[in-house]
Parts: sequence; structure tokens; C-alpha cells
Amino acid sequence: MADGHVSRRHILLTSLLGGTSLVASAAMARTGIPWVPGTAPYIRGFDGARFFTPAERACVEAMVARLIPSDDLGPGAREAGVADFIDNQLAGSYGRGERWYMKGPFADGLETQGYQDERPPAGLYRAAVAALDEHCRERFDGRVFAQLTEDEQDALLTRIDDEELEFEDVPAAAFFALLQENAMEGFFCDPVHGGNRDMVGWKLIGFPGVRYDYRDYLDHDGERLSIEPVGLMGRPAWNVD
Amino acid sequence: MARKLPPVDVVLVGFGWTGAILAQELTQDGLEVLAIERGGWRDTPSHFPTTVAQDELRWYWRKEMFQTTARETLTFRNNRSQTALPMRRWGSFLPGEGVGGGGVHWNGQTWRFLPSDFLAASHNVERYGPMRPGMTVQDYGVTYEELEPHYDRFEKLCGIAGRAGNLNGEIMEGGNPFEGVRSADYPNPPMHMTFAQHRFEAATKELGLKPFPGPSANMTKPYVNPLGCQLAPCTYCGFCEKYGCGNYSKASAQTTILPVLMRNPNFSLKVHNEVLQVKLDSTGRRATGVVHVDQNGEEYEQPADLVILCAYQLSNTRLMMLSGIGEIYDPATGEGLVGKNYCYQVMSGADVFFDDAYTNEFVGAGALGMCVDEYNGDNFDHSGLGFIGGGYIACWTTHSRPIERRRIPEGTPQWGSAWKKAVADNFLKSTNVGAHGASMAHAANHLDLDPTYTDVYGRPLMRMTFDFTPNDRAMSAFLTERVREIAERMGGREIKLSPREGPYDSMPYQTTHNTGGTIMGASPADSVVNRYLQSWDVPNLFVMGAGVFPQNAGYNPTGTVAALAYWAADAIRSRYIRSPGPLVQA
Repeated sequence: MADGHVSRRHILLTSLLGGTSLVASAAMARTGIPWVPGTAPYIRGFDGARFFTPAERACVEAMVARLIPSDDLGPGAREAGVADFIDNQLAGSYGRGERWYMKGPFADGLETQGYQDERPPAGLYRAAVAALDEHCRERFDGRVFAQLTEDEQDALLTRIDDEELEFEDVPAAAFFALLQENAMEGFFCDPVHGGNRDMVGWKLIGFPGVRYDYRDYLDHDGERLSIEPVGLMGRPAWNVD
Repeated sequence: MARKLPPVDVVLVGFGWTGAILAQELTQDGLEVLAIERGGWRDTPSHFPTTVAQDELRWYWRKEMFQTTARETLTFRNNRSQTALPMRRWGSFLPGEGVGGGGVHWNGQTWRFLPSDFLAASHNVERYGPMRPGMTVQDYGVTYEELEPHYDRFEKLCGIAGRAGNLNGEIMEGGNPFEGVRSADYPNPPMHMTFAQHRFEAATKELGLKPFPGPSANMTKPYVNPLGCQLAPCTYCGFCEKYGCGNYSKASAQTTILPVLMRNPNFSLKVHNEVLQVKLDSTGRRATGVVHVDQNGEEYEQPADLVILCAYQLSNTRLMMLSGIGEIYDPATGEGLVGKNYCYQVMSGADVFFDDAYTNEFVGAGALGMCVDEYNGDNFDHSGLGFIGGGYIACWTTHSRPIERRRIPEGTPQWGSAWKKAVADNFLKSTNVGAHGASMAHAANHLDLDPTYTDVYGRPLMRMTFDFTPNDRAMSAFLTERVREIAERMGGREIKLSPREGPYDSMPYQTTHNTGGTIMGASPADSVVNRYLQSWDVPNLFVMGAGVFPQNAGYNPTGTVAALAYWAADAIRSRYIRSPGPLVQA
């Protein structure tokens, strides 16, 4: 270990802890199993960080409200906080595409080749929302997307979905696919991430959340199971005021 | 300049299932074994306890469980007329990273291949005549009978749950009557089936088929394996594939080997170090060790007498290419072997929607399912069908994680109030019948190095050229019709077929069963490694993993990957160590 490098028969978490790793690994070697409680990288969770401008937020809020409407059936994207969720995700490592391979050269690509935009998700949202609102202003007497009627919004989103509407310099179809994906994430994710607020997404479909043990229910035999949902942080009723 | 380190007997590149198996085996003979893993240390209590594991957004959608594409990915195209572009994030398959590899996030469906799968060329040609043009199907060079004891070892290591169908030649009621002869039953009883499996069982029996429980690495009882590692009963929480198990209920390197191996003084593990190259001597016929780099960019040369590639299939193949071992396959000339016979898996299925019954698939487990095997391999007469191979058909209830799985009937919009109502109506009342089809080798499908895109170290990414072949399509169409027959008899209101149509799409998740590229065989003229997974070119180099499959069978690969690892380890221990050199004379 003295030379600062590998010692056979020992696990080395080199550079994980920088200069202190040698001390840590020596300690671990004595126990045999390099189990270090609490070393799991913590979840980033919902930290309130924001990416959208007010205009962008209004547009995205309006779009996801059409994808997952609040209707007779119950709460939709608005009540679930889907726009908050997307805003927060775009403000973090996901928005910056930090885990994605973002080296060039960039090309349009085929449908079978997936996301090929030069911009990471946050950049694509920024460009696409600007292009959409610009399109709306021109076509709807100066109104932006959020100011359109629901019918007008639906018609416009349908045209994007059907790939009938294209923007200059922004792949509308790729954006709409990402928006749909993010809306589903925001509506059905664990509430720890800021979406699915009050578990409205899970309650709508009857998903009981992240329960640990379903062995008592294995013989359900096709009967309905009514189980209150639980998230990673429990559920509100468990909290002591 | 790489700093030279003291030599070891054996260096393992990558530390997932095969790395852990090889390390455990080879340290028994006193060899000093070093494993080098590019990802980090991972264990159950600190990395995937139950309070952390069940986070759908984080582990699957944000891909935190998998290899980081920002550092290295691969490029993809369907055929040589297209320009391959990088998979900027994972889609159709999900390579692992870190200790335990993909074995941390698998479902645990643990199969043996059929005896005829190992003879896919000779058996099928003898029975049906020549194959379609362009098919490059080959025999494995090893037989089911030779691998049988090694399958058995892995099943006991993992505590596989299931029911024998052919025990010492006797066909057993309730098991898979088509399986090869087993020397022992599964170590644990089958999974506890739920409503959907009961319906599948009834439907397949009506059709005269013989349903049996899917072989499962999810524990059905408390289990102590032959190494003394303890596993706990599965709680059917529905977070297996794409997640670590917080409950010690899914067999993985962590739960079955590492508690013993990590205490062995002959073994050491280096994490957060990536092997860049297998180093050869001046003859090119002997590996002198590997070069690896730590997270600070420091390079090291690690000498070793024996080098064993234990990374994922894609990584092993690429490391062979980057190390200049063997010739890279060129489909234009047919020359070269490394990267040849890349195969995948041809999946199709049918959703079944019920009106009056709740499938409650949140009560699920990675390998909770009933299966039929009548249409797999050569279990049925292919005369006049125009294809070889097949697949098992199953009703697995693996999960109902809602970002990923929301089944809606045919013709439902993808958003808006009608979509929302369809999801609400069907989420708890649907299931799926799936066909898990083989993928037969074809001259046009292959792996090589990309001419344009590079990894974080500036080295070429691997390039994948793949599409489903005429054989694949004919086979899948046949299987999907069999799926339909079953699905229609399960008592649902309607079904929705998902046939495998159009070009292979690299984005929607299908399965992490990538095979070929470093194929095994009987001759150096048509294989990269011999029947003991030993490089023909460099005899002190062995290559593990599904890369050695000449083509992929209609089963999940892990059981066969592990059996081949034990088979190779046995050859190294019993023969190679005593007399290092080629185990098969070319």
C-alpha cells in the first residue's frame, strides 16, 4: 500500500475517496467484506430547483395537462405536479444529459436509432417550447400555446404527434416523444421525485406503490385487492405532526 | 507510461457472474486471482436495500443501474447501407456496470438450453436440409451432456426453483418434458403461481400442451447454498429486472458467492479500474497481462499468467478488437471472426385484457411464470415451415411498475382522457403471454469498431449492425400465432398482439440477451475460442459470457453462460494448470 497503489488480496476503492481511500480500504480488508453502511449514493430527490422561465412553465404546464387531463375520472397532470417534476428534472443532471453520450458528430438518424439531438433534454425543451409558442403566436393572433382553448391545444398536439407539424431547427417529433415520456414519469414516479403528488397517479390505476412483501396476496385468484399505496418515504398518514 | 505492477497468477477482466464463478473456482487451487472491475463495489445492504431498490425513476428511467453511456456506448445501424449513430442512452438492452454486473439487475429466469441447441447446424441440416442463404449457424462444439453437471452446479449455487421434467431419463409430470436429461431436480420447489398463471395453465392444457413452472432464481424458501451463503424467501415485490434485490431473495454474485470469496486471501478485487487492453508478447501468441486505468487516469500494467475476459458480451468482444487479438469480421469478404455471429432474441407477445378479473400484477417476481416448450428449438417438426429454431411461450408476472408498463387495448389513443380512462380500466386487469424466440446467426449481422465515434479514452466505440433475419421473422410469426391461440383461451375480453415486425429498433426495451462476437467452436477456421472457451490464437486467454454462443437459443442465456463458465473453470483446473497450452489442438 505504501506506494499508493494496488495491494493484492485487498479491495481498493481507488479514487472513490481520493487520498483517504487507502485508509478506508485497509480497514475494509481486515473485515474481509468491504461493506460500508450508508455509502449508497443518495437519491437526489426533489430539491425545488427550477429550469423553466415563467413562459416555458406555462407552456409545459398546458401541454402535460392535455396529455393527462384533469377530468371526471380524477386528477391529472396539474394535480400530480408533473410540470414541477419536469422543471426540476431539467434543472439537474438529467436535463444536462450528464449520463448520456453527447459527443458528436450529430446527425438526424433513423427511427431505430433513438434520440440524436445535439441538445440534452433541457436544451431541447427550451428550443421546442420557443418554437411552439412562436408558431402559436403567428397562427393564433398573438396567443401562445397556454392561451389557446383546450380544443385548439389538442388539435395542435395531435398534429405534432402525427408528425404533420414541423419546426425549423427543432425535431418536433423527438420533443413530443420526450415530453410524453417525462409526463408519464412525472405522473407515475415515486412522490419523492416531486411528481405523482399525493400519489394521484397511483390511486388512479390502483398501484399500491413500493410495498415490500406481497406474499399474503399471492392467492388473490382474480379478486380485487384494495391496498393503500405507499411510497419510498411512506405515506402522509404515517407522518407525525 | 503504464506503471508495472507485481504479477498475479490470474487476472479477471470484469466482475459479474462469470468473474465471481471463475474467481471462486480458481482460488480453490491456490492460484492468486485478481479481478478488475470498471464500476464500483455494490452490495445488498448499502446499495440496494428495500428502501432504496424500489425506485423506478432512478434505477431504470435514469439508468443509474447500468453502464454509463456518457463514458462508453455503442453505435447502431440496421444494415451496412446506413450510418451507425451512437445509442446516446440505453434502450433495447441494458448492460450492467459495477460488482455483480448485469447479474444484479436480472429477472432470474434460469434455463438450460436443449441438447439440440448445441448442435444447431448439424442437427437441423441433417433433419431439414440446407439452411436459408446467409445463415451462419454453427454447432457449439460442446454438448448438453458435457455441460449437464455444470448446469446442476449453477442451479444449486443459486437455489433455482422449478420442477424437473426429465430426471435421469424419466419424464416427470408437471415439468418440462422436452428438457435434456437432468441428473438432479431443482434445489427448490417452484414459484407460487398467481391468477394469470392459472389461466395460462388451463389454456395451454386445453390445447394439449404441457405447462410447467418457469425456472426461477427468486427464492421460494430460505436457502443455504453449497458455499454456505444464505438466501431469503422472495416477497414478490415486483422489482427484479432493472433493480437490485434488497431482500437477499434473488441469486446474484452478491448473494451466492461474494460473502465467501471476499474472505479468501487468494483473491483480490480492484474496482473503478477499467481494462484498456490485453497485452501480448512479441509473438502475439501469449498474453502477458492487461493494461488498466484508474479514475485519475493513471495507467497500470498488470502482468498475469492467465487472462480471462469476464465482462459483458459486448465489452469482451470490443476488448478483443482493441487488443488486436484475432481478425475483425468483415461481412463484405466473410473474412475474420471477432464480431461475427452477433445475435439477439426475438420477442413477441399478446396482452390479455379481462373484464371481470383482477390480475394484480404488482404481486409479481422476476421469474414468476408458467411456460410451455412445445415450440422451442427442435421440439416440433419444422418441415415446410421455412425456419429453424423456436422459443418458449410463457405467462410471466414480473411486475406492474407503472411508468414502464400500462397495457391498453388496441386502438386506444396514447394521451388525453380516453387514454387515461383506458389505463385506469386495464391496469389491474391485464396480463401478457410472451414468446421468447431464438436468434439465428446471419452473415449480415455483426460487431466491429466504429470509424467515427470514440469513448471517454478516445478509443473507437463498438459498432453494431443488426436486423431481424428472414429466419427470425418466419419463426416469430409462427410463435406469435401460437401465442394468440393461448391468449385467446385465457378468458379475457380481448387480446392485443405485439408481433415482431419492421426493422429492429434499438430503443424500446426488449431484452439484455446480446450474444456472439467471440464464438466458440470446433475449429479455429470458424470460431474465436475452442470448446473450453480458450482463445485459439492466444492460449493463455479465455473468454467467458454469451459472446461465445454461435447463435442464441430460445431461452434466457444466464444458465448456459454460467454452465459454460464452470465447464471452462473445470478444464483450467484439471488440465490447463498442470500443462499450460492449447486444450484443443488446432
